Amino acid sequence: MAKTKTIYEKSNGLSDAHLSYCPGCTHGIIHKLVAECLVELDVLDRTIGISSVGCSALNYDFFSCDMQQAAHGRAPAVATGIKRVKPDSIVFTYQGDGDLASIGIAEAIHAAHRGENVTIVFVNNAIYGMTGGQMAPTTLIGQKTTTSPDGREEAHSGLPLKISEMMATIPGATYIERVSVHNPKHVIKAKKALKKAFEIQKNKQGFTLIEFISTCPVNWGMKPKDAVDWAVDNMIPYYPLGVFKDKTNEEAN
Amino acid sequence: MAKVLMKGNEAMALAAIKAGADAFYGYPITPQNELPEYMSKHMKEHGRVFLQSESEVAAINMIYGAAGAGARVITSSSSPGIALKQEGISYMAGAELPAVIVNVMRGGPGLGGIQPSQGDYKQITRGGGNGDYYLYSLAPESLQEAVDLIKESFDIADYFRNPVMIAVDGLIGQMMEPVDFELETPKWDLPKKTWATDGNQKGRDKNIINSLYLDPNDLEKHDLKLKKKYDEMKRDHQRYELINMDKADIAIVAFGSTARVCRTSIQLLEEEGINCGMIRPITIYPFPSKAFDEIPKSVKDLLVVEMNTGQMIDDVKIVNEGKLPIHFYGRSGGIVPEAEEIVEKVKEIMGGE
Repeated sequence: MAKTKTIYEKSNGLSDAHLSYCPGCTHGIIHKLVAECLVELDVLDRTIGISSVGCSALNYDFFSCDMQQAAHGRAPAVATGIKRVKPDSIVFTYQGDGDLASIGIAEAIHAAHRGENVTIVFVNNAIYGMTGGQMAPTTLIGQKTTTSPDGREEAHSGLPLKISEMMATIPGATYIERVSVHNPKHVIKAKKALKKAFEIQKNKQGFTLIEFISTCPVNWGMKPKDAVDWAVDNMIPYYPLGVFKDKTNEEAN
Repeated sequence: MAKVLMKGNEAMALAAIKAGADAFYGYPITPQNELPEYMSKHMKEHGRVFLQSESEVAAINMIYGAAGAGARVITSSSSPGIALKQEGISYMAGAELPAVIVNVMRGGPGLGGIQPSQGDYKQITRGGGNGDYYLYSLAPESLQEAVDLIKESFDIADYFRNPVMIAVDGLIGQMMEPVDFELETPKWDLPKKTWATDGNQKGRDKNIINSLYLDPNDLEKHDLKLKKKYDEMKRDHQRYELINMDKADIAIVAFGSTARVCRTSIQLLEEEGINCGMIRPITIYPFPSKAFDEIPKSVKDLLVVEMNTGQMIDDVKIVNEGKLPIHFYGRSGGIVPEAEEIVEKVKEIMGGE
C-alpha cells in the first residue's frame, strides 16, 4: 500500500463538534479562518472568543479556545470587560449583522472609540438568519425578507448601513477591512486580513474589525451557488471590498 | 484603625477596593456618582481597572465578561440604571457569574426623581430580568454596615456564583458618617475559579461561560440547579435584626434608611410608654421569614414602613400567613418619613384597638 501523507486537516482551533450551520452558508469557512489564524499566531491557548446571538450563537462549542456567550449585541462590551482584566489575552467577538449593525451598534462603536485591543469578526449576510430571515440594517434595497415582503424600500427603512465605512471614521479604531469568501482567491485574501487584525491585537496596537460578506442561501431562498453569485452581483457592488482604515500603515508613513 | 468620616458612595467604593475588587465598570447616574468618581481615581492607584462605559447596558456586560474571566468585579448605579442592567444581570445569573452590584435607589417610575427611595424593592427582590433567578440582596441601614457588607459581598457572590445586590437609597449614598474600614468581616470558604475563561488554557480543557440551553431538559436541569442556590440562601443565609421586640405590643417592619428613622420613632414611643419593636430585614432577598417565627405573643400588630407606596408589604403578608393585622405607612417620591409621622401612625393603630 502506498504511503499516505496528510496534506490538509482541520485546524486545532476548531473542536470536533458538528457545526449547526445550513448547507452553503459561509460561516464554516470563516470559522476555519479564525481558527487557523489563532493557531498560526500561536495564541490559541490564551484566546477568549465571544459568541453573540444569531446563527453563530452556538459557536462557543465550535472553537477550541475559551469562549463566552454574550447577550444580543453586547459582545464588544463583554470583550472589553475581559480584555481590561486580561490584557495579555487575545479576545475576539464573532457577530452577525443583526447583532452588530442593529441591536449592538452602540457597543461596537464604543469599543472602537476606546480603541479596545480586541478583534471583531463581523459577518454580513444582509439578513437575520437565526430568527428566520427578517430585514437587517444591511438588507439591500429591493431585497425581500420576512419583514420586508415587498423588498426593502428606502422611503420606509432608509439605505443599508455600511459598517466598515462607518467604523473607519472612528478615530480610536486601528484597522478596518471588508473581505469576501466567495471563491478561493478571496478566502486567501480574507485570511490575510484576519491574520493582520489578530497580529495588530497581539502587538497591542488597538481595535480591529474585519467585515466578511457572507451568504444565507436558506433565507435568501437560493441554492448555495446562486447565493454566492447574488452576493458577488449585489452585495459587493454596494459593500466594496478593501481596507477602510489602517492606522499601522498611517504610522509607518 | 480609627474611624474615618466619609460620604456613603465613597465609603462603599473604598470598601470594594479593600475587598480586592479587580475592576469597576459603570455609567454616571445620580445619586451614585461619587462611587465611580472615587473608583476612577483610586482603582488606578492600586493597579486595578476602572472604566466608564457608554451605557448601563454596556457596563453590566463588561462586568459579565470580566467576571467570566475570573476577576472580582463591581458596578454601581441607581434605579433607572439598574433597570437597564437587568438584561445583563439575568445573563450573569444564568451563566453563574459572581459580581457585586450597588443600587443607590432614587424615586421612580421612569426618570422619577433623584431623591432617596426604596421603590426598587420589587425590582431587586424578584430577580428583575427574565427567567427564574434571584440576587442575594443586602440592605444596610448605616455606612458602617454598608462597608462591612460590601467587603463580605464579594465572597458571597463568589460562593454562590451569583450576583449580589447592595440595596441602599440615596440617603446612604449621600450622607456622611464615621466608618471603620478594618473591622473583621466573615471570610467565606471559596473554591478556586476553575471554571473561568481566564486566558490561560495551558494544562486544562477549554472553559465556556454560557446561559444558553436549547434542549428543554437541559434548561430545566439548569434552572433546578440554580434553584438549589436560592433554596440554600433562604435556608441558611437569611439576615435580620430584632430591635426592642421582647415586650413589644406592635412591631415595625422596615429596612435600610427607613429602619434607621424607625429606631428614633421607637425611642419616642418608649418615652410615651408605648412598647414598639422592629424587625429589620438585612437581606431583602432572601426575605427573613425566620424573624417572623420569633415574634413574641405580646405583639398584636405589624406596621410595614417603606419609602415607596407598599412593596415589601407583600413579602410580610406571605410570611405572616394571616396571623397578625398588617398596617402600612410609606412616603414616596423621594420623601424620607419623619420619625414623628411613624409615631403618629403607631398611635393611630394602637388607639384603634
